[in-house]
Amino acid sequence: MIDTLITIADWPGVKWVILVLMFALPVASLLTWAERRQSAMIQDRLGPNRANIGNIRLWGILHFVADVIKMIGKEDFIPGNAHRGLFKLAPILALVPVLIAFCIIPFGPTIYPHALFDVISTDALQGMIIHGGVANDLTWADQITLQILTIDFGLIFYFAILTFANYGTTLAGWSSYNKLALLGGLRASSQMMSYEVTMGLSLMGLFLIMGTLEPGEIVRQQGPNPWQWGIVLQPVAFLLFFSAAIAETKRAPFDLPEGESEIVGYFVEYSGLRWGMFFLSEFIEIVFISMLITSLFFGGWQVPFLHDDGLYLFGTVTEMNHITVSLLRILSFVMKVFFFCWFQLMIRWTLPRFRPDQLMQLGWKRLLPLALLNTMVTALILLWIQ
Amino acid sequence: MSERVVLGQKNPEDLEASNDLMTINMGPSHPAMHGTVRLVLQIEGERIVASDVQPGYLHRCFEKEAEYATYNQVFPYTDRLNYLSPMLNNVGFALAVETLLDITDDIPLRTQYIRVMVGEISRITDHLTCIGASAMELGGFTVFLYLIKVREWFYELLEELCGARLTYSYVRIGGVSHDLTENFTIRLKDILARTKNMLSETETMLTNNKIFRDRMENVAIVSKEDAIAWGFTGPCGRASGLDYDVRKDYPYLIYDRLAFDVPVGEHGDCYDRYLVRLEEIKQSMSMLDQCMEQIEPGPIVVDDLRVSMPAKKEVYNTIEGMIAHFKHVVDGVKVPAGETYGFTEGGNGELGFFIVSDGTGRPYKCHVRSPSFTTLQALPFMIKNALISDVIPTFGMINMIGGECDR
Repeated sequence: MIDTLITIADWPGVKWVILVLMFALPVASLLTWAERRQSAMIQDRLGPNRANIGNIRLWGILHFVADVIKMIGKEDFIPGNAHRGLFKLAPILALVPVLIAFCIIPFGPTIYPHALFDVISTDALQGMIIHGGVANDLTWADQITLQILTIDFGLIFYFAILTFANYGTTLAGWSSYNKLALLGGLRASSQMMSYEVTMGLSLMGLFLIMGTLEPGEIVRQQGPNPWQWGIVLQPVAFLLFFSAAIAETKRAPFDLPEGESEIVGYFVEYSGLRWGMFFLSEFIEIVFISMLITSLFFGGWQVPFLHDDGLYLFGTVTEMNHITVSLLRILSFVMKVFFFCWFQLMIRWTLPRFRPDQLMQLGWKRLLPLALLNTMVTALILLWIQ
Repeated sequence: MSERVVLGQKNPEDLEASNDLMTINMGPSHPAMHGTVRLVLQIEGERIVASDVQPGYLHRCFEKEAEYATYNQVFPYTDRLNYLSPMLNNVGFALAVETLLDITDDIPLRTQYIRVMVGEISRITDHLTCIGASAMELGGFTVFLYLIKVREWFYELLEELCGARLTYSYVRIGGVSHDLTENFTIRLKDILARTKNMLSETETMLTNNKIFRDRMENVAIVSKEDAIAWGFTGPCGRASGLDYDVRKDYPYLIYDRLAFDVPVGEHGDCYDRYLVRLEEIKQSMSMLDQCMEQIEPGPIVVDDLRVSMPAKKEVYNTIEGMIAHFKHVVDGVKVPAGETYGFTEGGNGELGFFIVSDGTGRPYKCHVRSPSFTTLQALPFMIKNALISDVIPTFGMINMIGGECDR
């Protein structure tokens, strides 16, 4: 019985449901409210706070429910001359790749269901050991990795998948039969392609240090000591990756494809839920980018100084059992993700927008050489250390 | 304007000959075209090859309407010219009519101070809106709301003064409609202090913001010669290095008693226009401080029944007052025949009223020299060979106000 449950829990589909449907999507929906509310707080106004069910108001959190109902209720308009097939395909292409990309995110440590209430630790020679208890091979045989797919080429997979999202925005602009949308689509494709190069290259240094492309392994290697985290090892890469990642989400200061005061945006002809899909995919991307940055540069689910068997702080060890440690680590992951979501919203409401040519110059003439330089310096330092 | 030549791109002239261009419409209802103006752009990629600016969507026959209204009835119309600084329009019109009446020197000193104060407050609100709206169109929505909040403090103050938030109609021929409220000075001081804080916050967010500077610097450069040729005045002209401010060069009211500087730009780009506006806000604030120190109690209208309405007490109790009131309402202020061009420093530049009087109580002709209109005519020349994105700061910093431009 328990074995069956463990098998089910370890099945990627179940983990996908938990991570994407039960965490990422609700958080993304909440972000639509949080963005408006947070911007309102920044801008000294109240923001949306009235949506309610009866007397339940919850500071307006229910606004995202109202938004969905509104979007469902709207007319699904397709312009007369639009390419109907591509017009309908575009929002799907924008939304689905992000949902798939979540597969590579390690959102928690490996859980050993048979040793939940034991204090366990990793030993270099013996592997996993239980403190003051008896463990047989079965204890370690069953495990739940809190990562949907553990694939060696994890980050390559992510870059490949996310490229599809470009098609979504570009096709949306192109198939709408609208000049402004076309300009938006062109901007989107040029911007996203340029920034993907930087995005990939900025991580090269990290790959060199970690020797792996698998995010789960990268998180494990960063360990519980913050000075071993990616942000310390690769601070430049973090800045580059973060900038490029924001450019990928197409949000201010990189919101040129939308550029609401200039060209109104690539999705100008979309309405109702189709528009909602673009809108939501933007926020899901925020969540995804936050998760990725957390994993690559901020130790993922690692809690500072929390080892497998407890907290190592000021020379003393506070022993904790496996389930406490695991829960703390998942909580730490969630907190870090929330922080970066918040941070991205802060940036969104502080900075003005770039101009297309300046954006390209920034991408190709500043970020890309810097990424290359970062890779080279990292490689040279690694060579020197060896 | 120096031609921007980009290597590897075709000459605009060749493109115009070929049919390789896309025509795109900006406006009249477009998020950045506040005040309903229509731009028809010929673009190659995102580069503007040619453009056609079509104002006029907000034409409300101001000049014709004015011919059917008594001089005092024109004030509500002037409110709706530049609706960001209605007081300046009011003052400008009043001064022009008073020149015709030849009572400029008889205007009580307190009235002059009041007019300068409300005018400078209006100038501040005008510039705040201009900077805020431009920042919003560049994506800095937060700055916009900060500045609009400040603007609202001033609006509330003026609302307390004359009862209207936007369309004040506060000035009258020969005076103003009400005296300052009791705690006007106290509130104004308080608002100015708070405004100082908000302005410094705005400066932190914009002035040295790399993205903002990149968007504004070297965009739509207008040389001093071009500025003069196009008839630029006000902040746009001064940003181009044209040291001309009506308040300084042809002082009216009590501006010669105030110490203030006229900021002049060096490059004539959008960033200079922004800096000039910002500095003018600060200068206006210092002028307000000086006015509050210098202002003294006194009458607020000319003591001349032919020009100003009699007091209500007189109207109800004396036959002369009654008749004067009746004549004012029915015939209006009788202005001697003649013509004049009265010009003041408006929010966007030299705001002139050319008035021809045939001796009756209504203007025979009332023409407005609106700074927005003269500045707007340079827009096609300013955005030629620029990118679509450059239209936004250029248009924003011209601060074209539909009501004033289209009249």
